[in-house]
Amino acid sequence: MIEIRNLTKAFGGTRAVSDCSISLDGLTISGLIGPNGSGKTTLFNLITGLLKPDSGEIRFLGSRIDGRLPHDMAALGLIRTFQLSRVFPRMTVLENMLLAPQGQTGESLLSLWFRLPRIRKEESENRERALELLELLGLTRLHDQFAENLSYGQQKLLELGRALMAKPKMILLDEPTAGINPTLIRTMIEMILKMRERGQTFFIIEHNMDVVIEVCERVFVLDHGEKIAEGRPEEIQKDPRVIEAYLG
Amino acid sequence: MDLLLHLCVIIAIYAIFALSLNVEVGYTGLFNFGHVAFFAVGAYTSALLTLSGVPFVWSLPAALTMAGLCGFLLSIPALKLQGDYFGIATLGFGEILRMIFNNEVWLTKGPMGLPGIPRPEFFGFVFDTLPRYLALSAGFALLTFAILAFVVLSPFGRALKAVRDDETAAEILGKNAYRFKIKSFVIGSVFAGLAGVLWAHYATFIGPGDFTLTETILVLLIVVMGGKGTFPGPVVGAVALIFFQESVRFLRLPPEWTRLLGPLQQMIFGLLLVVLMVFRPEGIIREKGGER
Repeated sequence: MIEIRNLTKAFGGTRAVSDCSISLDGLTISGLIGPNGSGKTTLFNLITGLLKPDSGEIRFLGSRIDGRLPHDMAALGLIRTFQLSRVFPRMTVLENMLLAPQGQTGESLLSLWFRLPRIRKEESENRERALELLELLGLTRLHDQFAENLSYGQQKLLELGRALMAKPKMILLDEPTAGINPTLIRTMIEMILKMRERGQTFFIIEHNMDVVIEVCERVFVLDHGEKIAEGRPEEIQKDPRVIEAYLG
Repeated sequence: MDLLLHLCVIIAIYAIFALSLNVEVGYTGLFNFGHVAFFAVGAYTSALLTLSGVPFVWSLPAALTMAGLCGFLLSIPALKLQGDYFGIATLGFGEILRMIFNNEVWLTKGPMGLPGIPRPEFFGFVFDTLPRYLALSAGFALLTFAILAFVVLSPFGRALKAVRDDETAAEILGKNAYRFKIKSFVIGSVFAGLAGVLWAHYATFIGPGDFTLTETILVLLIVVMGGKGTFPGPVVGAVALIFFQESVRFLRLPPEWTRLLGPLQQMIFGLLLVVLMVFRPEGIIREKGGER
């Protein structure tokens, strides 16, 4: 689905991502691990258009997406979440969810006046779906609260829910379980697995190896911007290069 | 009685002005410090057209178009700037525009201003008396309220709020933040223009001195005090601020103190603002979803 070839990005003298090639073809949940500063988030930023690569290419469903603007990615079917959750703080939980669906008729100023019935219909459908997802995430009770009133873990769940609302083909999750309590980590994992059953694919940056082993089919390991290993999680754990990168 | 009606007209005009700014400041997070410029464009356009014989029914849409166009042209470069820098750019625009009105004497008669602006006339019905003008401006205020409420409470308005809260996150969800900001700015400018038109035809005289930074600050205060990002906020703010500002004039003061009235008004104003911001920083009206 995502195909990265010889991707390089340098900041000044440091190569944050260096000649990296990754193929996510045929995978439902892929993991991306590596020590701090190994270039994982940079890679996500490159994929989602927040950064432009120096060289190499990124393909999504066969077409080149490197160099395209962030707001084009969602329409193509690519949504990400952030390492530090970025919910819209002064919007309610439900509004956060309703914002995400793509191609909303009501976001055009002109259609607003002439296509009201259609907008109403879209809104009520989206609302129904949003409430269903919020139920699964355990956030129903909080739906009319400002997102800033949620705990950090709940915000991360909301961010996942919001990503799902966009009905993307691929969701990039940047450390979905970092800094949240064990109960919510459980909710997060179950949500991800449930959505996989419904055909959703994910690419996940994760430090928690238990989570990686539980959900990921295949894992890619970055160190100093280079891909040093890839394989099934159990294999990766035993790989001497990976162990060295983490410990040494 | 006349005084009360006069106050209500002013309140209605400022309510429109504040509602238009609230779309930008409250819903999109654009701190526009040159909002009075669009008020002025509306006022001057309609005044100049009606003075040269164009009927009000045409000068009004022309003035709104002109204000919107100015907003559009300013926003294209200015919205490439973020936060404070955008504020400075709008501030500069407001001042430049005032200088133009002051100096292009052939068009605006410069500091002499434009006297004798006719009262609005709709198909033979002239809004020449105070109650009639109040009906006109209150009608436009209601219309503005309804239109802007409809726009802001729609999926479009939701996208504006997302851009206000976190531009990058909005972009990641497929919203073109730059375009949404331009649209918001143009809407704000058009309705500021409407307030300007109503002002010009009410005062019947306008000059560059009417459109200073003080006006922008007053309308910003109305929005912030009333509760930015809420719908009734700017209206409540307009009523509270204008009423207060005007009522201070009627304090019974010994004659030798009257020259202190202006400064006193400002002082009480400042004090009130400090008190309000300490005890209710979110403004008189709160956004929904705030309390746990």
